[in-house]
Amino acid sequence: MQLVEHFQDGLDAPICLTWELTYACNLACEHCLSSSGRRDPRELSTAECKTVIDELQRMQVFYVNIGGGEPTVRPDFWELLDYAVAHDVGVKFSTNGVRITPDRARQLAATDYVDIQISLDGATPEVNDHVRGPGSYDMAVRAMDNLAAAGFTGFKISVVMTRQNVDQLDEFQAIADAYDAQLRITRLRPSGRGADVWDELHPTQAQQRQIYDWLLANGENVLTGDSFFHLNALGSTPLPGLNLCGAGRVVCLIDPVGDVYACPFAIHDAFLAGNVRDTGGFTHVWRHSELFTELRSPQTGGACTSCSAFDSCRGGCMAAKFFTGLPLDGPDPECVKGNAEPALAAVGANSTPTPDKDHSRTARPARIGLGMPTPRTSVPDRACDTSPLADLR
Amino acid sequence: MACAVSTEAATGTARLDPASPYRLAPSVALRPEPFGALAYDFHSRRLSFLKTPTLVRVVRELADAPDVTHALTGAGVPPDEHPQYLHALAGLAEAGMIQPRETGS
Repeated sequence: MQLVEHFQDGLDAPICLTWELTYACNLACEHCLSSSGRRDPRELSTAECKTVIDELQRMQVFYVNIGGGEPTVRPDFWELLDYAVAHDVGVKFSTNGVRITPDRARQLAATDYVDIQISLDGATPEVNDHVRGPGSYDMAVRAMDNLAAAGFTGFKISVVMTRQNVDQLDEFQAIADAYDAQLRITRLRPSGRGADVWDELHPTQAQQRQIYDWLLANGENVLTGDSFFHLNALGSTPLPGLNLCGAGRVVCLIDPVGDVYACPFAIHDAFLAGNVRDTGGFTHVWRHSELFTELRSPQTGGACTSCSAFDSCRGGCMAAKFFTGLPLDGPDPECVKGNAEPALAAVGANSTPTPDKDHSRTARPARIGLGMPTPRTSVPDRACDTSPLADLR
Repeated sequence: MACAVSTEAATGTARLDPASPYRLAPSVALRPEPFGALAYDFHSRRLSFLKTPTLVRVVRELADAPDVTHALTGAGVPPDEHPQYLHALAGLAEAGMIQPRETGS
């Protein structure tokens, strides 16, 4: 039996666990997968987070990918980081760089088991700030400069591939090389606020080929989160990694309020398996929840099974299908064989699922054009609307 | 999936001396799974897969066996399957998951 078949049946504990610590964020990226902005008043307390870490240690989840929101704006972030590392739970955290000061960088460089992922969605300020907001490129560069000055090498530069930055792949690699860092590129999903900008940002068919070819030629040391397996239908050379949707099988998400979802890109009630505060905790949700049990049962390829490329792409990404209104057993919206077009055309204007967990600071963020001024800072009108930057001055 | 997990088999070419003692590297933890086990190196952050329960038994036997061959025998690996297990162990040695053990330690 191939390893991948075991993965389909699920494991005793996840291999790849994403834990979003807060919905608070100093930025308002247009494509934010978790529609982050405001802290949620129900977010796990420090003590509850430590209980989860204890559980992860017992389950031998060797490392977690911590994100948000912007995880470092949680006042107890560094405490939780130290607690996790001290309990054999390694941490890789994603950040926009806002709190990576020279002092923090030195401290991080001295800590084992910690890895850092700096988000950068453009190799130039123009392209990056278009989706991540004014000043976000400089913020990321400052963080990378601080890490480099502290001797922290090998951190990750994490890029979501968009129509605007596919042509910058070589430039991203050059930036990573300059910092002795590692490039990570992942696929844009129509999740969270990403659903609003999907049509504008997702790569064209020609660009998908460009990404595939670039990865085959240059991808040896490039991380992808195994997120481009839908591109395997483009050729006979499969991209390295797990060619399988890992949702609920080897992957899951714990969100800031303790809800457990099948994958980080599936924050929606349809993919909610339980909550770490429930009896039995995370262990019970992972091993016994109805949703995860179902995801581990044999899946039908539906309309895709008759396609010659099905073994290569396995029907693609569950979340991408769901949030574009496509059936889960049909083609991926970015199906490289073009099989999604008829299905997408048949999706009615109002029949795509509405993201139901919005923590955006505005109902929907104002579109940020190239060269727009910094968004105004306003007095919070609710307890949870506090700017996470408030104590930075 | 949402993170980089290499599923490539450990197929290193490091020399593994079946007549020498080995052990699991001190920075590596094993997590039992239905298919075998995950091996994680906290230092290199590298994840490997031990793809059969027998291989897991072999790896666990290493520390107390005078040499690799004894560990194979102790784990119940039939002689005709030794070559494939030695190949898998060589891969784990290449990945730093197992390492030579000082005699007498």
